[in-house]
Amino acid sequence: MDASTHPAPAEAQRHIAVVGGGPAAHRLTEALISRDPAGLRISVFTEESSAPYDRVALSRRFAQVDDELLLGDPALWEDPRVQLHTGTAVTALDVESKTLRTAHGEVLGFDELVLATGSSAPRPPIEGSEHIAVYRTLEDVDWLRRRAAELGEELGRPARCAVIGGGLLGLEAAGGLKGLGAEVTVVHSRAWLMNAQVDEYGGRTLNRLLEQEGYRLKLGHRPSRLAVDLEAPAERSRYTLEFAKSPDLPADLVVAAIGITARDELAASAGLDCAERGGVVIDETCATSAPNIWAIGEVASYQGISMGLVAPANAMAEVVADRLSGGAASFIGFDTAAKLKLAGMDVASFGDAFAETPGALEVVYADAVGGIYQKIVVTDDATTLLGGVFVGDASPYSSLRPLLGRQLPAAPGAFLSAAGGGELDLELPDDAQVCSCKDICAGTIRSAVAGDETTPGCTDMAAMKSCTKVGTQCGSCIPMAKKIMEAQMLSLGLDVSKALCEHFGHSRAELFEAVRATQLTSFTEIVSRFGTPADAQLNLGCDICKPVVASILAAQHGAEYILEAGRGTLQDTNDRALANMQKDGTYSVMPRIPGGEITPQKLKVIAEVAADFDLYTKISAAQRVDMFGARLEQLPQIWRRLVDAGFESGQAYGKALRNVKSCVGSSWCRYGVQDSVAMGIRLENRYRGLRSPHKMKFGVSGCARECAEARAKDVGVIATSEGWNMYVGGNGGATPAHGQLLAKDLDDATLLRYIDRYVMYYVRTADRLQRTARWMEELPGGVDHVHDVVVKDSLGIGGDLEAAMAKHVDGYEDEWAATLRDPERLRRFRSFVNAPDAPDTGLAYVIERGQRRPATEQEKVDAAAGDGPVLLTGPRIPVREEMAREDAARAAGGLDPAQAREGAPVPNNLAAVEGRS
Amino acid sequence: MCQVEDLEPMWGEAALVEGTQIALIRLHGETIHAVSQWDPYACANVMSRGIVGSKAGRPTLASPIHKQPYDLATGRCLSDEALQLRSYPVRVEAGIVEVKV
Repeated sequence: MDASTHPAPAEAQRHIAVVGGGPAAHRLTEALISRDPAGLRISVFTEESSAPYDRVALSRRFAQVDDELLLGDPALWEDPRVQLHTGTAVTALDVESKTLRTAHGEVLGFDELVLATGSSAPRPPIEGSEHIAVYRTLEDVDWLRRRAAELGEELGRPARCAVIGGGLLGLEAAGGLKGLGAEVTVVHSRAWLMNAQVDEYGGRTLNRLLEQEGYRLKLGHRPSRLAVDLEAPAERSRYTLEFAKSPDLPADLVVAAIGITARDELAASAGLDCAERGGVVIDETCATSAPNIWAIGEVASYQGISMGLVAPANAMAEVVADRLSGGAASFIGFDTAAKLKLAGMDVASFGDAFAETPGALEVVYADAVGGIYQKIVVTDDATTLLGGVFVGDASPYSSLRPLLGRQLPAAPGAFLSAAGGGELDLELPDDAQVCSCKDICAGTIRSAVAGDETTPGCTDMAAMKSCTKVGTQCGSCIPMAKKIMEAQMLSLGLDVSKALCEHFGHSRAELFEAVRATQLTSFTEIVSRFGTPADAQLNLGCDICKPVVASILAAQHGAEYILEAGRGTLQDTNDRALANMQKDGTYSVMPRIPGGEITPQKLKVIAEVAADFDLYTKISAAQRVDMFGARLEQLPQIWRRLVDAGFESGQAYGKALRNVKSCVGSSWCRYGVQDSVAMGIRLENRYRGLRSPHKMKFGVSGCARECAEARAKDVGVIATSEGWNMYVGGNGGATPAHGQLLAKDLDDATLLRYIDRYVMYYVRTADRLQRTARWMEELPGGVDHVHDVVVKDSLGIGGDLEAAMAKHVDGYEDEWAATLRDPERLRRFRSFVNAPDAPDTGLAYVIERGQRRPATEQEKVDAAAGDGPVLLTGPRIPVREEMAREDAARAAGGLDPAQAREGAPVPNNLAAVEGRS
Repeated sequence: MCQVEDLEPMWGEAALVEGTQIALIRLHGETIHAVSQWDPYACANVMSRGIVGSKAGRPTLASPIHKQPYDLATGRCLSDEALQLRSYPVRVEAGIVEVKV
């Protein structure tokens, strides 16, 4: 029987029950659905209240309260074949009858069941352990964050936090707490941190790095007791961590991150075989001791080990998905590669990090002064890569990891970047895994570059990520993936050059620095120095490089008029006319309305100007009023009236700050906690006119309700009761991005200082037409790097960036006022060199919803043939007369005469011409 | 039509010659090109407001609307063979620009 014409009845569907809602459960569901199975339904039971989230990225939640740590595409849970039961623990399992019972008392049958219950975070077995917090779930992080803040307030000093456990998770928790302003001591039972991943020398290097960053370490001791004094006064701490052979450690907050305890209680009570050290025993197919029951992730014990890493969990999920779909995949062992996600700490290890393979050789670079340790482990013949450890500089990690177990293409020492080994061009085989989180191989990336009939080729990392999912979980493989993508593009003859265009071999950022260093001020000089060819007679630039140079010069010489001799000819279409060219060659005019605040009087001026020049009027997306249909030679007349009324250019035509959107804020709103309008106006007036790689939009919200949608802006400012939170890198447009938190609870002065630095850093280093979201995505280190530069001034350029911004702010002048003042400048707005005020007679309009719009080519043809709508043409478009005629006709026909419009002055009288173009 | 000095190098100007709209482009020095003002792709009189540049050493004018580059000497579009600007002979007599329509 043909299944497509006779769908199987529901009871014939195979029911797969997944118990647990962590990354492993997510990955399994995703993998099953991606195989597009017929006759399958999947139920996922999670005791947590949210859908599976990215636990690997848990530390992000410290800095960013509302980061939901989304894992993959949330649409997965909308799939009709998938049912997600949140807040639903499974309490019993009957292997014989193949049924499960939920905490709500429901009993459900299954055909296959996958245990993905994960693990819990154990506390050290000492007296007082019930007072110790753990670091495992979103709720844990939210609690820690709240508690650290409360303690800071209660005590009037930074909270003292003790983190027990100096492994990956412990250090992440320590980093999160430190980021919240706490004093952090890491307590670790071994002599060096991350001893499971890093050898002694690397570990001791890491110890020093942490101490330099201001962490305190208590190494080589296990706590023996937690003494509690809840009544302790503020100067003392309420907890004291006691040690057998070491002084006590006072703490206001104690957190443990000392490994994992597999959540195997459901399996054990159902009679499944469990390992001595915990975990459900599985074989290489991930099958448990009971038929049709599988286990994946941290709850699974393979060869006696349960591992708290995401890559093996994902690998197991893929094995089970394959087996359930009739495949024969096997789990080949744990991938123990790990990279620490902690600001300022570059630590990674993979493979046989301890050189335990018989005969293994170590190639080491160690610099105790510089805090760098790099080690590569190879086989006894020095040809095959067995593993590596990197501390302080882990740059070789992402390129070496996929080569694990393979022949190295060069001598091992060549890969130690700290020893001057530099980047080698690694030609990875197609089956080498690049992204272990998502199991993406080099070959997958290569074929995605070319694309196929259904998918366009991916030629940038954003497209590559959304197409293949590479680097979308932990992100550590992105540099490697990018390198493979670019190498493939080269081999396909695609352009990966950073060169702007044929006229310059530089990227925008390179050219910016070159121009800044040489202090050149004209296009001719810049071409003569840096162009290809460097001959200003032959190399005239183009529509790509000329506006870039104009933007660079404008950003470096902010005080100068952008159409000054020599610079005017560089400007792009819109900047050239200080207005936005529309499809018929006329312009739109958009005065600045800072923060969206405007008096009725000024609104009236806009209305009068629009009426007198018959401009189509629309509220823009940026809390402003846009007026369309102005001819080039009309722009000065229009702006004369706007400038006289106190308006200035809105730079809607420029790659510049467009607007600062604000909500009404605390002055009127019942919920506002800060004056968002005042801050919006202040920001708009500070950064107006600054030329940037792309347009910029800011937003200011007066409270956490976020009515100004500030997180969809390049710079978003959201009021808190303490001050302002600053978000960066948000944008709407074709690929929307949410802004990421850069700093919290800032006062006004600090906020401005950080925005100065952020924006100027963007202006200097971004590529042409690269919005802030993309710029941060491409920057090595992403938002963490930007945070270091802006907040910690890690590059030492903070003062320089602020000074550059101060120069812009001090030199700002309204471009339209400057134009109107000078007859020479006004000459640029003549329609014809030999007839400066003669209008373009080729324009034609039709009326729609009471205003004019450009006629389409078809309408012009129809009108010429005597059909179609009335066409309005001529030097002055008599929209109003046409409408008055309509009104009169309507009045004569007994319709509402009150709608007849008043006879406002009309600039010129040319009758509407019917039926001609 | 106008003085050479009325034209700024690399800045296009429109001109009306017996009712026909022309785009005048002065390069470095006194070389002047005249092409039709009509953008055949966008169907608008805008070419004088395009961006002057060069491609492989030959001077070009890119449409201000969709940026197709045209060879200033021949009027040929360099990105779409179906598009063409009309080009007009220009001469400078005693500092006066003359265009033959």
